[in-house]
Amino acid sequence: MTEGQIAVEEYKTGNTKHKWDLKKIKSAHRVVAEYSYKKGKIERGFANRTLYVNLSTGQIKEKKVTEDMKKKFTGGRGFGLKLMWDSIKHSTRWDSEENDLVITTGPLCGITQYPGSGKSLCLSVSPATDIICDCNVGGFFGPYLKFAGFDAIEIQGKAKHDVVIIIDGEKGKIIIETAPLEETNSHLVNEQLTHIYASEDNDKSRQKISVVSAGKGAENSYWGCLNFSFYDIRRKVPRMKQAGRGGLGTVLRDKNIKAIVAKVDNFDGVSNNPADPVKLAEVGTKIHREIRDLDRYQCNMRAVGTGHLVEIMDEYDLLPCENYRFGSFPKSSKIYSPKFYEFFTKIIPDGCWHGCTMACAKTVDGFEVMTGPYKGQKVTVDGPEYETIAACANMSIWDPKWVLEFNFYCDTYGIDTISTGTAMAFYMEMYEYGILNKKRCNGLELSFGNHEAVLEFMHRMAKKDKAEFIQIASKGIRRVKDWLIKKGWGDPQLIEDCGMESKGLEYSEYVTKESLAMQGGYGLTLKGPQHDEAWLIFMDMVNNAIPTFQDKAEALHYFPMWRTWFGLNGLCKLPWNDIEPANNAETDEPAKVPEHVQNYVDIQNAVTGWNIDKEELILQSERCYNWQRAMNVWMGRGTRKDDWIPYRSMGPVTEMEYLSRKERYDKQLIEKLGLTKKQVEQMNTREKMKSLYDYRRDQYHKLADAVYYRRGWTPNGIPTPQKIKKLGFQDSKMIQMLQKKIDEDQKKGLNVWGGKYSKNEKPPSINPNYWEKW
Amino acid sequence: MEKANTVKILKFYPEKCDGGKACERACSQVHFKSDEGGEKSAIRIIKDGNSFKMHVCDQRGLCIDMCPVGALSRRKNGVVWLDKNTCIGCQACVGFCPIGAMRKSKARIEPFKCISCGACVRACPNGALELVEVKIDEIKDVVYHKQGAE
Repeated sequence: MTEGQIAVEEYKTGNTKHKWDLKKIKSAHRVVAEYSYKKGKIERGFANRTLYVNLSTGQIKEKKVTEDMKKKFTGGRGFGLKLMWDSIKHSTRWDSEENDLVITTGPLCGITQYPGSGKSLCLSVSPATDIICDCNVGGFFGPYLKFAGFDAIEIQGKAKHDVVIIIDGEKGKIIIETAPLEETNSHLVNEQLTHIYASEDNDKSRQKISVVSAGKGAENSYWGCLNFSFYDIRRKVPRMKQAGRGGLGTVLRDKNIKAIVAKVDNFDGVSNNPADPVKLAEVGTKIHREIRDLDRYQCNMRAVGTGHLVEIMDEYDLLPCENYRFGSFPKSSKIYSPKFYEFFTKIIPDGCWHGCTMACAKTVDGFEVMTGPYKGQKVTVDGPEYETIAACANMSIWDPKWVLEFNFYCDTYGIDTISTGTAMAFYMEMYEYGILNKKRCNGLELSFGNHEAVLEFMHRMAKKDKAEFIQIASKGIRRVKDWLIKKGWGDPQLIEDCGMESKGLEYSEYVTKESLAMQGGYGLTLKGPQHDEAWLIFMDMVNNAIPTFQDKAEALHYFPMWRTWFGLNGLCKLPWNDIEPANNAETDEPAKVPEHVQNYVDIQNAVTGWNIDKEELILQSERCYNWQRAMNVWMGRGTRKDDWIPYRSMGPVTEMEYLSRKERYDKQLIEKLGLTKKQVEQMNTREKMKSLYDYRRDQYHKLADAVYYRRGWTPNGIPTPQKIKKLGFQDSKMIQMLQKKIDEDQKKGLNVWGGKYSKNEKPPSINPNYWEKW
Repeated sequence: MEKANTVKILKFYPEKCDGGKACERACSQVHFKSDEGGEKSAIRIIKDGNSFKMHVCDQRGLCIDMCPVGALSRRKNGVVWLDKNTCIGCQACVGFCPIGAMRKSKARIEPFKCISCGACVRACPNGALELVEVKIDEIKDVVYHKQGAE
């Protein structure tokens, strides 16, 4: 397979072939609702309408996208927020009838010239957090949705029986059909529906179908992800990418949606009808060349994908091992990227959308499944990506084959590898301390490294096992913390400190103990602890480039805004800084990758015909970012309390952790806390830990103070009406709601800075109600 | 499918070239029905001191594995062929061609390349171009995929 230039038809995966009676499956469908629409032309990146589907009433309609909506919300995730604001209530929860599931595209989504331009942005009220969770995902669905005629699809209500929603861009029809006989698990249902709905029985036709689904794990947990398919004409399988975080797949299954299918007619490189296709191709070709020349010396994405990070994180003590207790591990080289490289199929374009030459989406073909319902079958496993491998490090699983097994079942069961791995790691630590045991875990021996128990847990969850632990544990760390504390099974503080969740969502896979800015990058966020808003560890910890609170706050303003922008446009973040121009280090602000920022300014202008600059670009994000935070407040969250993070992410929770990095922590007691060497020598480990505990928690509050101030929020983290108006919003319902909340905070004494400031230190502003003077 | 072992590629005799660029005009006629040559020609003749250089695809085929939609393939005659109707204009092949011979004209989004048709050979009044047969195995090139820098 490695010699290359093999004709597309001649590739073989060695996967088990399925024999389905697809005619029988299709003929069992019954049409529930149907809607015909006039196919329109996309104008400069916008289809200029969104699709609304109500599964309870069967209503299907189009909503117009206005110029005002574009101006305020840009597109993508911004449109999602706007649609949800118009549709849901402040009391809406994940399983409410009126909860929206929104999949949006963005003006740049579907261009083929610039790598990473096929992303969909998914939004819904999350079962894990009770607020809106947004997820960025690859696959063909987003571009196809737009080419079929819609900037977004918004789904409200619940179907009575399992249905598929078909967006037929070929015929101009939206159809809701019952789907009783299809499989539920994604690797199967995606393949079945791809074959059923392809216009002709060939790979070219199958490539024009994209399916969104979630498996049985999504039905029975809060970790459900959405699997977005992209048909691979060489491997002849629909591969998939995940909208992983926050349980959006759980919402999909709660609505009784088995799948959403998008189908397109012919499309080409200018289907977005860009204002300046020549410029687009010019900028795109430039970055393709950069990737060609430099990727192998930088991230090696084309060879191993994001897995290259495992060895880097391990080296810098940032790879989460045994529930984030450690940042490296003696066995970790067993799961370094070269180990997975041996499994990957090579020399195939691996982008999750056409034209992505960064090509990070790797697969292992012909993988023989070792456990569960598909034991013995040979399948294609998509990945593993860094997060999945590191989640396994967290569970102390060091065998690449079991990483692949975990990866495969998480995907097909439709559950997030990050949340699942992080949660299992927490349960394993509780098991080690005896807070959990075999009996309390309903027969599972959840000790670190027990990969079979992890898979067994997943299989039982997918089978709707009613045992108490399975039921609660599949709802995530927050629910288990409450359960353990209620049962009185352990020290509540230890339980709170060890379980890596914030806002109810599990952490993604980086150790943040030594980077205060990154602690903020996880905690001071909209949806919860996900590194998609900022990744500041090297800037902060390794290069010490943002030493003051003000510097960190500036970084926690700029980078979340910058990274939000990708989601407004339907783009992937990776081609921004996972490839850098050869001279990037010599620029003024290498962390921002200025040349690539300019690329993005150029391509947004080239598609939309707007005339924005890099400042306007940040402003686009700031509008949506503040709007989302304001919606969090509206839903009863979005305050300092909600931005709190577990101590495991700030420092050593246990003596073992302290002692494993004793030199580092002792040094900090002297250098940062101002203790003398003698004082430190006289302290026992418990005392040292307590000093560090108080210090680091206060540091986090001071960081929050600085960040809220920089973002124009109150000391309790509420976006001020003044800020919202400054950003160009006039919505009186929103503005009044924020003012009311701020007034309530004032009465409760919450409009004060959170840090304890000594004489030499200053809070961000002497007047904590600083915004009132604006 | 029967596989080609050989392919015809262009050979250039600089000593016979007078820089008249009849080849480019003939080529743009093939690809764009235009006599402009230049950016619409897959073959380019470039001044090189007192002499001339030819710049054109050598049919090594590295681009074949780059195409996400299978628009690039090696035909029965060994020529690397871009199917314009399948192409979705991503420019991955343009960006990854190691010699810059996959070209893009402003006239359309899909790239174009030399198809060894011989129009330029026939157009040259001085016989400076010739199609010669070479073994594919000897010229074949594969996109890099090795882990780590080569």
